[in-house]
Amino acid sequence: MQYLADVTVELKSGMLDPEGNTIKRALGHLGYETNDVKTAKKFTIDLDAESFDDARQKVDEMCQKLIANPIIHNYTIDLREA
Amino acid sequence: MRIAIIQFGGTNCDRDVLHVLKNVMNVDAELVWFKDKNLDCFDGAVIPGGFSYGDYLRAGAIAARTPIMDSVRKMVSEGKPVIGICNGFQVLTESGLLDGALATNSYPKFLCKWTHLRVDNTDTPFTSRFEKGDVIQIPIAHKEGNFYADQSAISDLNKNNQVVFRYVDEDGTADDESNPNGSKENIAGIINSSRNVIGLMPHPERASEKVLGSDDGLKIFQSMVDYIQTLQ
Repeated sequence: MQYLADVTVELKSGMLDPEGNTIKRALGHLGYETNDVKTAKKFTIDLDAESFDDARQKVDEMCQKLIANPIIHNYTIDLREA
Repeated sequence: MRIAIIQFGGTNCDRDVLHVLKNVMNVDAELVWFKDKNLDCFDGAVIPGGFSYGDYLRAGAIAARTPIMDSVRKMVSEGKPVIGICNGFQVLTESGLLDGALATNSYPKFLCKWTHLRVDNTDTPFTSRFEKGDVIQIPIAHKEGNFYADQSAISDLNKNNQVVFRYVDEDGTADDESNPNGSKENIAGIINSSRNVIGLMPHPERASEKVLGSDDGLKIFQSMVDYIQTLQ
């Protein structure tokens, strides 16, 4: 079975997000006041797996081993059948 | 004695390190392409700076997962000294050989400038030629040099005396003003718990000859060579 996983990697809360802060300031210049802006990276992974659970486990391992750095990142996985 | 200088695609400070080791110090050193996996004939390694794999994903992340890093791990387990400079430091944290992570500078701009560092630990294979508290001048050149670890990891680093270099002012004071990139507790360089792997963001190879403005960095390489000689 073929699956698509949308992985979102973001900085852990409390970590400085200089890019997000800069975007927040620029939004202010446009007249939009915001409480906070956080940036994140999104990866879409197309993979074959035996089952939904198998796919989730594989993508979770990918996140832990490479896609995210657990010291500074949280990640979420949004999985669906392709 | 032979020292390996490991090259990945995008490494760009390799020849500077080679120049210092070979021409300034007269030490046998060799550039080793990351596909040459065997490092058994080397007594130590330098992972130099640059932009391995274009900093794709995260600085150092891809290089840290290449097979040559298994050979580096083997060297480390044999007690051989390994130094990671700038991108090399990022590679070492990404590979788990050193604690923490290097996040984007607090002001997210590429910084290329001289910094003052205080040597906080001289009981390492890389700093034996310094006196504790020495203030030295070595330049930085990075955008992802903001050393981060959670508070308990920072406490452990402090408790185990693993913080080797801190960013300071010329009088040796570590404060927000002397911190160029937002690093926790002004940390510029750390060592592993077995004391044979060091990572630092500043570039000692760019401060190893007086003509460059400082030769303080040379003592780091000299200390490493002294240490290798004691092992032989």
